[in-house]
Amino acid sequence: MSMTRRHFLLLTAAAAAAWDSVVAGTPEAAPNYNRSEHWYGMLMNIEKCIGCGSCVRACQLENKVPDGYYRTWVERYHVADWTVESPSVDSPDGGKNGFVELKDSGGKNFFVPKLCNHCADSPCTQVCPVGATFVSPDGVVLVDPNYCLGCRYCVQACPYGCRFLNPATETAEKCSLCYHRITKGLTTACCEVCPTGTRQLVDFKNPKDPIHEFLKTHSVLVLKPYMATKAKVYYYGLDGSVR
Amino acid sequence: MKDLKDAGHLLRLAAVFAAVFLMFLLVRGLLVPRSFGQYGHYRGAALSEIASRPVTYAGHQACEVCHTDVVELKSKGKHARVACESCHGPLANHADDPASIQPAKLETPSLCPRCHTANQAKPKGFPQVAPDDHSGGVPCDTCHKPHSPVIEAAEVNP
Repeated sequence: MSMTRRHFLLLTAAAAAAWDSVVAGTPEAAPNYNRSEHWYGMLMNIEKCIGCGSCVRACQLENKVPDGYYRTWVERYHVADWTVESPSVDSPDGGKNGFVELKDSGGKNFFVPKLCNHCADSPCTQVCPVGATFVSPDGVVLVDPNYCLGCRYCVQACPYGCRFLNPATETAEKCSLCYHRITKGLTTACCEVCPTGTRQLVDFKNPKDPIHEFLKTHSVLVLKPYMATKAKVYYYGLDGSVR
Repeated sequence: MKDLKDAGHLLRLAAVFAAVFLMFLLVRGLLVPRSFGQYGHYRGAALSEIASRPVTYAGHQACEVCHTDVVELKSKGKHARVACESCHGPLANHADDPASIQPAKLETPSLCPRCHTANQAKPKGFPQVAPDDHSGGVPCDTCHKPHSPVIEAAEVNP
């Protein structure tokens, strides 16, 4: 059977359409979730934190974080008097098991929970040589473990010390803002278990999110604003001694 | 045309360059993942892969579907805003299969002090005690109901 020019052209068009669907890949897993409608961050109310370590434990269980590594952790600050520039800071086991009372009484003492700041202008994603870490369309800094080489550039680049190399997979790891939860309409594991409401997941693109009213009426800060990373974890009640 | 009599050399060189370029395109097409560059300089499929990881903490909304009595009790007490899994731990497997997977009973003498042990770094208004002095080893839930922990006057002097 010989092929006419008409049949050849028709077959070419069909083949192009088929190839196009191959290149496009599989459709989205969560069809109701639209990434462009969200822009996530977090609000930390320092004045509420009791240093119970629930967030650290929940994060480790939810994300299977190896022992001795932390995607989120709690620091305790002790400022004796006017020595604001040199506070003593401790975080035993990332604050996972709470904090034993300090020997030095007096002074100013408080807890500061920390995690990836999900910077909009993140230094860690800029240094990745292969594009294994990136800011997602909904504002979450993620690591693609199947693409990461384990070169540790991003670990060095993060000004907040939020990244580490997973010793089992030898790929970079960090807080994913529980991307597998927030895309399903849940809050992050740390925000879910925080008993005092210190941590709140916020969606800046949601006009009904209470963050908008909070930002209008409260003084908030980000960590290391001079790094100009456009961090999206906002701290309320942050002391000047916090680094 | 005399000047171009050796043009064959150039054509062969051009053919080698073209072959190398085609090989580059072929190898690149094989090595670069299909979804790379879909949203930016990364593998677009990674978003769906990360989003499809399993959930360990079900979220209080899942608990509240069945445990309406606890929601009612808790809503009036001091622990109204403490999520179920803050104390009970991750229970997504129980929420998926409530009949066969039952959560363990909690040990209040080790559980409650996680939050309520006195520490000078805690906010001043937060209720905190030295557990040994406060109860002398008696389990917390002997006096305090964990879902509504404040002891009412009527309960002390019935």
